[in-house]
Amino acid sequence: MSGTEKETGFTFTIDGVEIKAHAGQTIMEAADAAGVYIPRLCDHEGLRHQGSCRVCTVKAGGRSVAACTQPAAPGQAVENETPHLTKMRRDLVEMLFHEGNHLCPICEASGNCELQAMAYRLDMTEATKFPYLEPCRALDASHPDIALDTNRCISCGRCIRASQDVDGKGVFGYVGRGIHRRVAVNGENLADTDAQVSDHAMSSEVCPVGCIIRKRVGFAVPIGEREFDKGLIGHEIEEKRK
Amino acid sequence: MDNGRNGAGANGLTASSCNVAPVPQSEIAAICERFGNDKHRMLDILHDVQDRYRCIAPSTMDAIASHTDLTRIEVEGVASFYSFLSLTPKGRVTIRLCDDIVDRFCGLDDVVAVFEDVLGIKLGETSADGAFSLETTPCIGMCDQAPAAMVNNVMLTSLTPETARTAAEALMAGQAPESLVSDRFNELSAHERAVRMVENNIRHAGAVLLGPVPEDAGLNNAVGMRPSQIINAVEESGLRGCGGAGFTTGRKWRFAASEKLDRHFVICNADEGEPGTFKDRVLLTERPHLLVEGMTIAARAVGAREGILYLRGEYVYLRELLEGVLEERRRRGLLGKDILGVKGFEFDIRLQLGAGAYICGEEGALISSCEGLPGEPKTRPPFPVSRGYLGYPTVVNNVETFCHAARILDQGAKWFHAMGTEGSHGTKLFSVCGDCLNPGIYELPYGHSVWELLEMVGGTDAAAVQVGGPSGTMIGRDSFHRKLTFDDLATGGAIIIFNGQRNILEIVEYYMSFFVHESCGYCTPCRVGNVFLQKAIQKFQKGLANPEDIDYLKDLSGTIIETSRCGLGMTSPNPILSTLKNFPLVYSAVSKPSKDGIRDTFDIQSAIDGARKIAKRRSYIFDKDFTQ
Ligand code: SF4
Ligand code: SF4
Ligand code: SF4
Ligand code: FES
Repeated sequence: MSGTEKETGFTFTIDGVEIKAHAGQTIMEAADAAGVYIPRLCDHEGLRHQGSCRVCTVKAGGRSVAACTQPAAPGQAVENETPHLTKMRRDLVEMLFHEGNHLCPICEASGNCELQAMAYRLDMTEATKFPYLEPCRALDASHPDIALDTNRCISCGRCIRASQDVDGKGVFGYVGRGIHRRVAVNGENLADTDAQVSDHAMSSEVCPVGCIIRKRVGFAVPIGEREFDKGLIGHEIEEKRK
Repeated sequence: MDNGRNGAGANGLTASSCNVAPVPQSEIAAICERFGNDKHRMLDILHDVQDRYRCIAPSTMDAIASHTDLTRIEVEGVASFYSFLSLTPKGRVTIRLCDDIVDRFCGLDDVVAVFEDVLGIKLGETSADGAFSLETTPCIGMCDQAPAAMVNNVMLTSLTPETARTAAEALMAGQAPESLVSDRFNELSAHERAVRMVENNIRHAGAVLLGPVPEDAGLNNAVGMRPSQIINAVEESGLRGCGGAGFTTGRKWRFAASEKLDRHFVICNADEGEPGTFKDRVLLTERPHLLVEGMTIAARAVGAREGILYLRGEYVYLRELLEGVLEERRRRGLLGKDILGVKGFEFDIRLQLGAGAYICGEEGALISSCEGLPGEPKTRPPFPVSRGYLGYPTVVNNVETFCHAARILDQGAKWFHAMGTEGSHGTKLFSVCGDCLNPGIYELPYGHSVWELLEMVGGTDAAAVQVGGPSGTMIGRDSFHRKLTFDDLATGGAIIIFNGQRNILEIVEYYMSFFVHESCGYCTPCRVGNVFLQKAIQKFQKGLANPEDIDYLKDLSGTIIETSRCGLGMTSPNPILSTLKNFPLVYSAVSKPSKDGIRDTFDIQSAIDGARKIAKRRSYIFDKDFTQ
């Protein structure tokens, strides 16, 4: 940060902890830099903010807002880890589980899946009360190196933004609306697009769940060494504070 | 039912291809060219393609994408978002029966049966020869003359089984939809056409909008004023947005005017989609000049040279009338360059037709739609007054608000301020429908009680009144003393009256299905949560609920309201919450506690039904009929 920070820098608090920020930063960006983790699913480093999963909902000045899109404001008091907000977030994560088909034990994203890891972090330990919507969406295995199983898609749109903004391609997009809104590809099927397995959009960090599958690499990491076997989701951010 | 289980929505998404004859590429090119190959005019392009070829086939999407410099998936994203656009072929005549709860209570089922009988197709189908499609659509703004239908661009109202049969048979015989309105349709003026199709039902004209209105008196005054004086006048009048949210109009204009960008926009939100609202329809028919006058005044106030009139797709029958008004005003020097001879006062308006999406009534979604995108709300901040259409400061007001503004500039802020109550100044148009003798439009000063209104409209045997449409409040007899003001019962104008014969749970379930259908799907709580709410209400309807389900409804509603991204999700649980509060007995009467750990909510018969069918035999243990 440069000299301009002097003029535009300010502080606000998250759960009573003072956080430094500068004009133009979102609440989440400032929190990340300060080592305070705010749960998120649709937001991802290096991608445009979308603000759609609502898992990052925080209370700012008494109002509930999405931390990933809400600008930080001087002197603002933000609530993040309260029982109430954790409960809201758990509801949202449960909604995503129930909207799609999730069978973690047989999913190749298990242990590396952000949705699953978020459920652990938010203590989703009881039987869920929502009905299952059990969608039945076709599997797209047309591409030689990539498969797409949108039954597990949480509509985070990270693949869409990664392909458009990072790869400069636009392999993915949303179609439909409401409960029928879903991710689709730019053509009849994935083989019909210019998708390549080396695209950023196909890398293991972009799709938070097990939808975008790189063929012939599944289940390579043994249990115990998978990403979220090492710590709760968000621990790398929280470690910055220690 | 929209439950997420079936991928085939109203948008026909499961069809991977569209089996129509390939469309000549030159014709697609010509359509795109007509709109300057501008991706922001995508909705217009797709409307033209849909009208012409009855669907937007994959090959046309590829072609449109290449002309407008988009990807095919971006075009598909728009084409699949709007209800009136289709990826699979629709009939040359598409009949859309309005499926609002009021239509249902007015005999929609019988009308559907007649159309199915005469056309030989079921609801949701297209005839094999491609001649007809028959479907339902949410509220089309004709609740005072239900059941109603759109037949291509023609409106049919107050349908009975008899009139429906006559119409269906005429269509079957090959007559054009226009002939259902008049044999001399072509000779009629645009206004005559509109009022032949649709009654205005103005039951009470007030001082501001529906009484005598002098031509352009407000605009004549405004040109002699500085922009800041215009804004002061609107602010002093106390005018607040008439769409429901009630933001102070003058302040909105002031914010937009203070932005120092080189383009500003004025957009009229003529997308009234709240079931039960139809006041803008009447203003658009009877006061279109007043509306454009109001927009022109706003343009002068904020320094806008460009305007958009966003007309909901359901009001396509008014397009010709409105285009005519814009054209006439250009001719008379009231739009265009040097308006009223004032050097440098320049403003023009284009009409943007929507395509069947309630969410486009939301300010940000409306702007997205004008930009040629799916109708998704925008992230706030920034707010449209600072970064709106194409990123420029934009004033969005609804039809009634602009009309009021024009009258304020004519008669003065004090005149307007003196009407109504403290905090709710001026008059308001109420669209009244449902179980009453005189459904229609009432222009009244703010501050009347619901009971006074019911007496006026002949609805005193009401058992429940839905104020403000589904996103508003449903009240019972013990609350009819409440006042129609921003501080008590705020409303965009919809008043739906239900008598004691109506089933509250049926109404609530309908409203939830409406929100499920109309959610844009952007954010999790609204996209998914509303489906769960609807399913929970169905459980009550079937008598399968237990008392804990009442807590579940409240709890889930709370999450949806708190975490949703826009007004739709922030209000969609209101039908449930307001009936839980005002009609608690309705819920407790149908929910019973589970006894001895056996869940009454679990219906074993329906649970095993699928297996029973596959196995083609009954259950020894559970089948009641087994011994018979
Ligand atoms: S995507 Fe994640 S949550 Fe879904 S089944 Fe796989 S591991 Fe489980
Ligand atoms: S495919 Fe993966 S990255 Fe793309 S929207 Fe679905 S969950 Fe998100
Ligand atoms: S609340 Fe509903 S309508 Fe609004 S953005 Fe979210 S999904 Fe779309
Ligand atoms: S991370 Fe903020 S809404 Fe998804």
